[in-house]
Amino acid sequence: MASLWEYANPRKFIATSDRVLPWVGALALICLVTGLVWGFFFTPEDYRQGASVKIIYLHVPSALMAINAWLMMLVASLIWIVRRHHVSALAARAAAPVGAVMTIIALATGALWGQPIWGTWWVWDPRLTSFLILLLFYLGYIALWAAIENDDTAADLTSVLCLVGSVFALLSRYAVLFWNQGLHQGASLSLDKEENVADVFYLPLLVCIAGFVLLFVALVLLRTQTEIRARRMRALLARERMG
Amino acid sequence: MRAILIRDLRLSMRAGGGFGLGLAFFLIVVVLVPFAVGPRGDLHSVIAAGILWLGALLACLLSLDRVFALDYEDGSLDLLATAPLPLEALVSLKALAHWLTTGLPLVLVAPFLAVLLNLPIAGYPPLLLSLALGTPALSVVGTFGAALTVGVKRGGLLLSLLVLPLYVPTLIFGAEAARRGAEGLEYTMPLAMLAGITCGTIALLPFASAAVVRVNLR
Repeated sequence: MASLWEYANPRKFIATSDRVLPWVGALALICLVTGLVWGFFFTPEDYRQGASVKIIYLHVPSALMAINAWLMMLVASLIWIVRRHHVSALAARAAAPVGAVMTIIALATGALWGQPIWGTWWVWDPRLTSFLILLLFYLGYIALWAAIENDDTAADLTSVLCLVGSVFALLSRYAVLFWNQGLHQGASLSLDKEENVADVFYLPLLVCIAGFVLLFVALVLLRTQTEIRARRMRALLARERMG
Repeated sequence: MRAILIRDLRLSMRAGGGFGLGLAFFLIVVVLVPFAVGPRGDLHSVIAAGILWLGALLACLLSLDRVFALDYEDGSLDLLATAPLPLEALVSLKALAHWLTTGLPLVLVAPFLAVLLNLPIAGYPPLLLSLALGTPALSVVGTFGAALTVGVKRGGLLLSLLVLPLYVPTLIFGAEAARRGAEGLEYTMPLAMLAGITCGTIALLPFASAAVVRVNLR
């Protein structure tokens, strides 16, 4: 009976992810190219926002992935705490910089869009502020991984930080909501709402989101492999010095 | 338990400038603000509540690396961890000692510094209340951060990077209560939220801090 936990074995993980990785990478590339070309060149311009509306194809998927990357790290940290699978801890470590970059992309594209439309690069709007706080959480998490030498200790400490940080990130989200009313529009996409973006923008946006998800998966797989190999190399070197 | 608390209090008061340092820092921040924003009194009274909160928060942060570092270096943290007292209780006591030597004095001097910043009379009760309710949360959250970085040499900067985002909700509700009070608005709601955060962190975070100390002592 195949189970998910088989992939806790680093060798099995590397073998499988080696087979999957080219496909995921290629699919991510196809989706991103299709979605972005479609979105940038073959959709109409919004009658009020003009061409600047098209930044949505980068902004929404990266913002989505910025949050989902943290969720993935949270799940991986929980798995590490409960079942002590090293691959899980390394996957969480591998996802953090990707998530941080996604957060920066979302903030930067938002600023570029906000300048012509809102007339300002930055406002202390709840959504914008929470993303900035999320970025700080990512930075702290990455810094803690980098600061501690022992791998297992680092994995334990960052997992606890990830759990506690998640609670505080949520708290901050609602605290910020209470603190200032926003300029940012509501959700562009949601499953339970009638009012989504118009269909012409919707389909290429979905393709872009799929592309970003696949890109994230590919990057995390690749970076996890790298972490596993780096750790093996350190172990080999240590053994050589001993013997 | 009482012995540990008294020991910690004595240590922080006697061991080289831990005790007065936070207060002096708080004073300096408040003195520097008018130089930075200009001598307009009306402007000061608008930002006074926020400045006092920020100053208290930074003063708290400044003294955090002393919570575990000394005990970790001379090995007494190992002894305390193997003592019959549960580690969760020890961590809570450390946080309490930190609050008694840092948070409480800050609350007590805040009204005098508020005079310097021209805080409106109506702002004093909410400022004191919010600081008194909020600084315990700062100490407890900070103890968690100190526990995370206890094994890191020269971890002061890392400690700030980790703890500052965790301070966001406390700062928002605390400063909001003080600000609303200074403007003569209703301030019970943010104050209640602040009390909720403080109670929640006091109840839950010692478990996380204790777990982290255990990891660091392995």
